[in-house]
Amino acid sequence: MKFTAEIDVMPQKEILDPQGKAVKLGLHNLGIDNVADVRIGKHITLQLDAPTEADARAQVEMACNKLLANLIMETYSYQLANITA
Amino acid sequence: MKFGVVVFPGSNCDDDTVYALRVNLGQEVVKLWHKDHDLQGCDFVVLPGGFSYGDYLRSGAIARFSPIMDAVIAHAQRGGYVMGICNGFQVVCEAGLVPGVLLRNNGQRFISKNIYLKAQTNQSILTSGLDVERAYKIPIAHADGRYFANADTIKELQDNDQILFKYCDANGVVSQESNPNGSLESIAGVCNKTRNVFGMMPHPERAADEALGNADGKLILQQLLGVLQKQT
Repeated sequence: MKFTAEIDVMPQKEILDPQGKAVKLGLHNLGIDNVADVRIGKHITLQLDAPTEADARAQVEMACNKLLANLIMETYSYQLANITA
Repeated sequence: MKFGVVVFPGSNCDDDTVYALRVNLGQEVVKLWHKDHDLQGCDFVVLPGGFSYGDYLRSGAIARFSPIMDAVIAHAQRGGYVMGICNGFQVVCEAGLVPGVLLRNNGQRFISKNIYLKAQTNQSILTSGLDVERAYKIPIAHADGRYFANADTIKELQDNDQILFKYCDANGVVSQESNPNGSLESIAGVCNKTRNVFGMMPHPERAADEALGNADGKLILQQLLGVLQKQT
């Protein structure tokens, strides 16, 4: 079966995100004053083959835990979809 | 004493490191290619600075899974010496060989300048003979140098005397003003619990030759030899 995983990797809440802070300033300069917080992370799309959805899930979890996210500083979440034609 | 300097795609301080070890310190040095699987009998492995794999995903994250890293991690787990400088520090963090992680500098910018460092302990081969009252002038060149670990880990580093270097000013004062990148506790370098893996953001190899007008880095790198030669 074929799957896609839509993965979001975000900096942990308590960690200063200087990029988000700079973008917030940019938004204020643009006149959008009501933005209270900006956090910037990564969106990663994977396509994978796996015999079952549980296998696909296990692969995506391993990819996130070992490489795509560093759990010391980031959190991840993902949505898995079966795209088998 | 044989040193190995790992070359990842995107490493750019490998030649400087080889030069400092070979010419300034007179040691036997080989380069270790990232696709290799053995350390050619090296006693001491250095992961140099640079931008391995373009710093894609996170600095050091992809290099950590290079074929050579299995051998480097096994070497470290056997008690062998490993030192990561700058991008190398990011790689040893990503590999879990030392605690913590290096985040984007709090000022968002790449910083390339001389800073001052203070050794925090003499209980490591890298800092064994350094004057803990003295400020050593060493260059930094990084965008991701903000040392971070959770509160429990920081406490553990303190309790186990694993903080090797802190950023300070020319007079040796450690303060927020002398912290160039927002590192927690002004941490510039740490070691693992068993004190055989070291990581530091500043570049001692870039200040190891008298011709550069600053040889404070040589004072740091020399520590390795004094202690290691006593052991062999």
